[in-house]
Amino acid sequence: MNIVTLLDMAKNCFPERVALTNGSRHFTYEDLYDLSASAAAQMRRSDADNISLLDVASPALPVALFGSAWAGKPFAPLNYRLSSSDLAGLVEKIAPAIVFCGADYHENIAPEYRTNCDDLLSAEPLAEGAAEDAADQDWPSDPEDTAILLFTSGTTGGPKVAVLRHRNLVSYVLGSVEFMSAGPEEAVLTSVPPYHIAAMANLLSSVYAGRRIVQLPNFDADAWIDLVAQESVTHAMVVPTMLARIADRLKARRDELPSLASVAYGGGKTSRPVVEKILELLPHTDFVNAYGLTETSSTVAVLGPDEHREAIASDSPRIRARLGSAGIPLPTLEVSIRDEHGREVCAGTSGEIWLRGEQVSGEYKGRKSQLTPDGWFRTNDGGHFDIDGYLYIEGRLDDVIIRGGENISPGEIEDALLEHPAVADAGVVGVPDMEWGEKIAAVVVLREGASATEECLIEHVRSQLRSQKSPDFVFFRDELPYNPTGKLLRKELRSELEKSAETAGI
Amino acid sequence: MQLSPGTRLKSGACSTEIIIVKAPADKTVITCGGAPMGIPGEGAEASLSPEASEGTQLGKRYVNEDETLEVLCTKSGDGSLGIGDTPLAVKEAKPLPASD
Repeated sequence: MNIVTLLDMAKNCFPERVALTNGSRHFTYEDLYDLSASAAAQMRRSDADNISLLDVASPALPVALFGSAWAGKPFAPLNYRLSSSDLAGLVEKIAPAIVFCGADYHENIAPEYRTNCDDLLSAEPLAEGAAEDAADQDWPSDPEDTAILLFTSGTTGGPKVAVLRHRNLVSYVLGSVEFMSAGPEEAVLTSVPPYHIAAMANLLSSVYAGRRIVQLPNFDADAWIDLVAQESVTHAMVVPTMLARIADRLKARRDELPSLASVAYGGGKTSRPVVEKILELLPHTDFVNAYGLTETSSTVAVLGPDEHREAIASDSPRIRARLGSAGIPLPTLEVSIRDEHGREVCAGTSGEIWLRGEQVSGEYKGRKSQLTPDGWFRTNDGGHFDIDGYLYIEGRLDDVIIRGGENISPGEIEDALLEHPAVADAGVVGVPDMEWGEKIAAVVVLREGASATEECLIEHVRSQLRSQKSPDFVFFRDELPYNPTGKLLRKELRSELEKSAETAGI
Repeated sequence: MQLSPGTRLKSGACSTEIIIVKAPADKTVITCGGAPMGIPGEGAEASLSPEASEGTQLGKRYVNEDETLEVLCTKSGDGSLGIGDTPLAVKEAKPLPASD
């Protein structure tokens, strides 16, 4: 089935309910349906194979998504922060395409591809009667059709184009969302950028649940807090870097955000001290940590609200450690930790995370399926289960440091550094070494006004972990490089260290 | 008939409409209100059997016993779904704690 069916059902059930709020503009499910029908007619007439969007979160997003699906053309949203030359490279991968551009992004796309976002939202884009014809024209029903093409973040290597078919997305939504289960007062503020899988999944889940979507075009912690209060937002989704900034501002402003029932965070590793701080600041709010990948139609494991509360209240290090876990896998898919020979390992042992299930696409445009013959997707993420079945993510396998033959995951060392009161942020990478193969370099951002020496930080890590895992070097910086969704760019960190004069003697 | 995912079916006995989410390998006739369901616009009208009139609910998924068949109700009606005399059962979603 086609994802448009999800919108069609919402429209038939609650045509007048507000589906989306952006500033002072409101759109009902019927509005979204009608606009998508008009958009589909426009897209069908175009010669483009793929439909793209270059904009911040705006009402054009759902219309472009559902319109494309209705027209039977894949939707491939672009990252509005990229330079025009990077964008040209991406557009080439999906050409022939049309790119609907937000007002500020026109100049970044070549004239032969671009068109105006407002075309998707104008009240009468079609001649009289044409909208009805368009609405009558049924959407394609083949579940194997491609619904969404997403450029993966490419923290290692160049970007790839992940293929998500209607059946992947529909199975994710039907398996995890009860139709129209949200009350009329519920509203969700999603602050992941519109070209991110979590934004796509959230849009589909919210429409199917009947939960009003509130949009904030550009994230800023104060604007976020103000909008939650103003729109009585009940649900929110943020990436880890946003969570840290929100915690800082909430503390300064002493806001309590009484409407906020649930906050989901994910999309990168969140430091435990940040989670502990926000739990303390918003004791009435449920927190959910989600782990997922573009290639898996979003979430595959969650640490739920009760598990957060149990962990924060516990004196047991085993239970408290769960705040740093991704929780329990969804019941609708399988997770297996495998060694380098593809053999499953037992709880407590690290390996590669393998996934299997209906929502797992594991497919890139122009390449053959990445799934094993029996349907497993190798994530290239390292991880392990604890004895209670909680999944711990250790980061990309490419980032693992091999020091003197021992595999060391940088995340563990970063966590240890972050426990130090003077450390605001930390990134750990391997640097080449003649004797050891690699040595461990830590790059640390100190808290404002705090000080710490290299020796004391190395000693601090040694006291928490084994000495093989303590950094060989510590460098101090004002900030670390992140991509827009909060993933630490280790590749950049590594090449900066290799170039920098400081490492010349290594 | 041979079902495949994405196929839409309409009841001849009531207003129920469904979409096939998962299809069994074998040819299968799904009934609603006691009468076989057909492709919208092609099926024949039928009367609602009192034995199969518990109704369908919009947005619910229905499955057969071994879950080789799964359908989604896209329009509710007065009939109930089945294969032959065996009714289909409701399959609940396993709600995520709103993770995205």
